[in-house]
Amino acid sequence: MRPQFNIFKDIDKPVIFLYLLMISIGWLNIFAVEYTEAHKHIFDLSTSYGKQMVWIITALLLGAAVLMLDVRFFTSFSWIIYMVFLVVLVGVLFFGVEINATKAWFRIGGFAFQPSEVAKYATALALASWFSSIRTKTPDMMFRIKAIAIIALPAALVLLQKDVGTTLVFGSLILVLYREGVIGGLVLFFGALAITLFVLTLLLNEFIIIGALGLLTMIIAFILRKKVQAVLQLFGLFLIISLYVYAVDHIYENLFEPHHKARIEVLIHGGIDLQGAGYNLNQSKIAIGSGGLWGKGFLNGTQTKFNFVPEQTTDFIFCTIGEEWGFVGTTVTIGLFLALLFRLMLLAERQKSVFSRVFGYSIISIIFFHFLINIGMTIGLVPVIGIPLPLISYGGSSLWGMTLMLFTFLKLDAKRLDML
Amino acid sequence: MHIKVKTTQFDNRRKVIAGIILVSALLLLGRLFILQIADPSYKMSAQSNYLRHITDYPTRGLIYDRNGELLVYNEAHYDLMVIPGQVWEIDTLEFCNLLGIDIDTFESRLLQARRHSRFRASVFERQISKTTFAAFQEKLFRFQGFYVQPRTLRKYSYPIATHTFGYVGEAGPNIISNDPYYRPGDFIGISGLESAYEEILRGQKGIRIRMVDVLNRDIGPFQDGRYDTLAIAGQNLYTTLDHILQTYGEQLMKNKRGSIVAIEPSTGEILALVSSPSFDPGLLVGRQRTRNYRSLQNDPLKPLFNRALQAQYPPGSVFKIVNTLIALQDGIVTPSTSFSCSGIYHTRGISIRCRSHPSPVNAITGIQYSCNTYSSIIFQNTINQSGFNSIQEAFTHWRRHVMSFGIGRPFESDLSHELSGLVVSSDYYDRIYGPSGWRSQTILSLGIGQGELGVTPLQLANMTAAIANRGYYHTPHIVRAIGSPDNQNSDVQGFNHIDIDKEHFETMVKAMHLVVEEGTGNFSRIPGIAMGGKTGTVQNPHGENHSVFVAFAPVDNPQIAISVVVENAGYGSVWAAPIASLMIEKYLTGEVKRSWFEQRVLEASFLTPNP
Ligand SMILES: [Zn+2]
Repeated sequence: MRPQFNIFKDIDKPVIFLYLLMISIGWLNIFAVEYTEAHKHIFDLSTSYGKQMVWIITALLLGAAVLMLDVRFFTSFSWIIYMVFLVVLVGVLFFGVEINATKAWFRIGGFAFQPSEVAKYATALALASWFSSIRTKTPDMMFRIKAIAIIALPAALVLLQKDVGTTLVFGSLILVLYREGVIGGLVLFFGALAITLFVLTLLLNEFIIIGALGLLTMIIAFILRKKVQAVLQLFGLFLIISLYVYAVDHIYENLFEPHHKARIEVLIHGGIDLQGAGYNLNQSKIAIGSGGLWGKGFLNGTQTKFNFVPEQTTDFIFCTIGEEWGFVGTTVTIGLFLALLFRLMLLAERQKSVFSRVFGYSIISIIFFHFLINIGMTIGLVPVIGIPLPLISYGGSSLWGMTLMLFTFLKLDAKRLDML
Repeated sequence: MHIKVKTTQFDNRRKVIAGIILVSALLLLGRLFILQIADPSYKMSAQSNYLRHITDYPTRGLIYDRNGELLVYNEAHYDLMVIPGQVWEIDTLEFCNLLGIDIDTFESRLLQARRHSRFRASVFERQISKTTFAAFQEKLFRFQGFYVQPRTLRKYSYPIATHTFGYVGEAGPNIISNDPYYRPGDFIGISGLESAYEEILRGQKGIRIRMVDVLNRDIGPFQDGRYDTLAIAGQNLYTTLDHILQTYGEQLMKNKRGSIVAIEPSTGEILALVSSPSFDPGLLVGRQRTRNYRSLQNDPLKPLFNRALQAQYPPGSVFKIVNTLIALQDGIVTPSTSFSCSGIYHTRGISIRCRSHPSPVNAITGIQYSCNTYSSIIFQNTINQSGFNSIQEAFTHWRRHVMSFGIGRPFESDLSHELSGLVVSSDYYDRIYGPSGWRSQTILSLGIGQGELGVTPLQLANMTAAIANRGYYHTPHIVRAIGSPDNQNSDVQGFNHIDIDKEHFETMVKAMHLVVEEGTGNFSRIPGIAMGGKTGTVQNPHGENHSVFVAFAPVDNPQIAISVVVENAGYGSVWAAPIASLMIEKYLTGEVKRSWFEQRVLEASFLTPNP
């Protein structure tokens, strides 16, 4: 083994570069949100950008510390870390404080910390450890159920904190299960189909959809009329889908909480209730839309400067990018995320060990989900779900969590040749 | 030292995952393209979010009389405005209590404003009282979306000249859709001077663009005020009215239907323009305006009707002066040509009665005694004179002379809604009688100022001014200067020459002087003032005759020409002439010495229910 200080030679430079670039972009936009003519020192702890500066410095120290650790720390202690965070997630239910209707925070001085952000990391480690323990090529049913349970357990605890957004982030680990063959492509396909039908049912009358599907079934059945088996399966499928569509309305009306329903309705119908549930989305779209091609320029965003968009440093930081840097800025931001995700995939695929690969795909899934949902909600593609934009949004827990994940993976990658 | 990575059966799935990521990113980019590039509406929304266009209303120009007396000015009041899109969590109950309205009214007004526009201000409550304003000012920061807009209301120093001033009202939907200057709640001159000089009086609104934050707090001027425009105050009007004479004229016309028009002959400046019955101009200002207007509209005496400009009468005997002038000019008669009058004039089956008076009469005594016979003969001779190929040509020649006195067409100076009067053309008789079906006796009544003739009191006064001037008149007008007393309002000051020799006018001036000294107007002679005048008694098919008198004074240096019409009051010499003489005495001497004479007029009433 090489000496520890050579880690900086083996570490993946593109990821480090993207990481530093994105946290810098994040900080600049947080600065733009709170900037006033009489702006304070950039380290002033009464401002978000001052605090974020502290978070960035501590995150960099944290990242360096992770790189210093021996890789065996992660492989050996993954279960212990996972267990510790399960306990912490239970603890926060009793001893935590509520911020934005979510009881997911510990408060230390002026800083608030959200353990669920780091619990994602712990879950990724546990999942990696579980997959690396398997020797056979095709996992059995028990193995699959346990893999799902590793994800579902912390997800359920986070749901008890009423943090739907983070719960859904755990759900994104389905991508890892898919990559590792625990679930098949059909599950992904039907998942996508279910979501599409859900939205369509809210938009249109359910009988129109069932009718349309029935017509489609008849046409396909006519084409496949020689294959009795296939036709029977097709009709079975049609029956199930029809029942689902019919049930969606019932599920939606009875199982969704009013404020979730409001967010979904705002999204689907648009332009309604602009002072209430639709306010955030409307102002967010105005901010981004008014940016145009080149944006209004750094510190010149009127939506940003005059606080029209709520939660602008955190969940809605993308508004500031859209308003001040325009389509060019948003395209560059999306490009950076794509670059990061594809680079991480490339790294994940070159791992020799299952542990490293599964861990890599876990953080790819998490970052991808955050990226898609966060930006999607600011432009009205998905309901408003309060999760931050990785490395860019204000917030220490999020930045620490992402740093831990990225640097752990970088460490694993740097040591990939040493790992079995 | 490449080590071949162990492949598994699921390795192809990385392509699916990469595909999902790529498609998701493209979806986001597509949506962003629509928001940021394709749809421009978000830029507008961002602006309306943080920019407030604040209108500064200029003060409306003041109106002065000819001697610098302030007649019309402004008084501040306050409108409570609302921008519905910004109304946010206000204490409705407290708000309603302050304003003295109930919740239902509040809701319905807000809804109405919202229908108009979410982002533009609407008037929520008009002209709130000073105490309400004070109470609001203190608590306004708690009523987000509401603000107080200072405005001004018209005030009048004297309750006079209502018809001349006109009034100011809220711009209606028609005006707003035709002229982008006006917004709902803005005021505009509706009639009279307020309407004729609207653009001068109103000035120019100023716009300030302010930036506000999400709590509607003022952050400062947008772009350091680069796009702000300053309000330009309206300009003052310096009118030709003499407020003392105007007031006196309105007093004299109390309880009478009719009008007085007084003109300074040397300039065409209107000294007084009285239409009776009238009303206090203050009635058409403020919150009660609509209600007052409606009751004025329903008043059977028609106080809104400006008789001085809009009533049209046959001129009667005063028109004999014009006919005599034309006959003298055309050489039909000389001043000494005389005809005998037997008290009735016969011509081809038509007879016109006259009164008893010394006979024979010539150009001067014909006017002095207002002889119908003399007037009929010279009119027939004018129409039948040789040198014209047809009666149509002769008539047209006569008509052109008549119209050169300013009769039969509007002056189009600065008096709104004036009628043109009526002098029909020969076509009119051709249509009725056929081109060869009419003769001079057919239209004989024109000779004594009856028949198809219509003149307004303003035209009568102007005609008198033209005679006083011995052959010309300045277009009558009411505003002599704009902005400052020295800035002449040259647009309305036209010079009009009458194509009749000055010597003939001298003859008529002499006749009119005799009317007052020894003739039909003798009763109204003013001791010490040489006045020329002519009585008229206009037949009225609907009732008692109208009493008419025209006059000017002093005869040698005329400073005032006047027409007086008192409807349904009988002979011109009995009521119209005394009123004219009182007006002239008041104007020339500043006081009225004949108090019994004045008292008689002030006490007279002719407001019978008969219109
Ligand atoms: Zn006679």
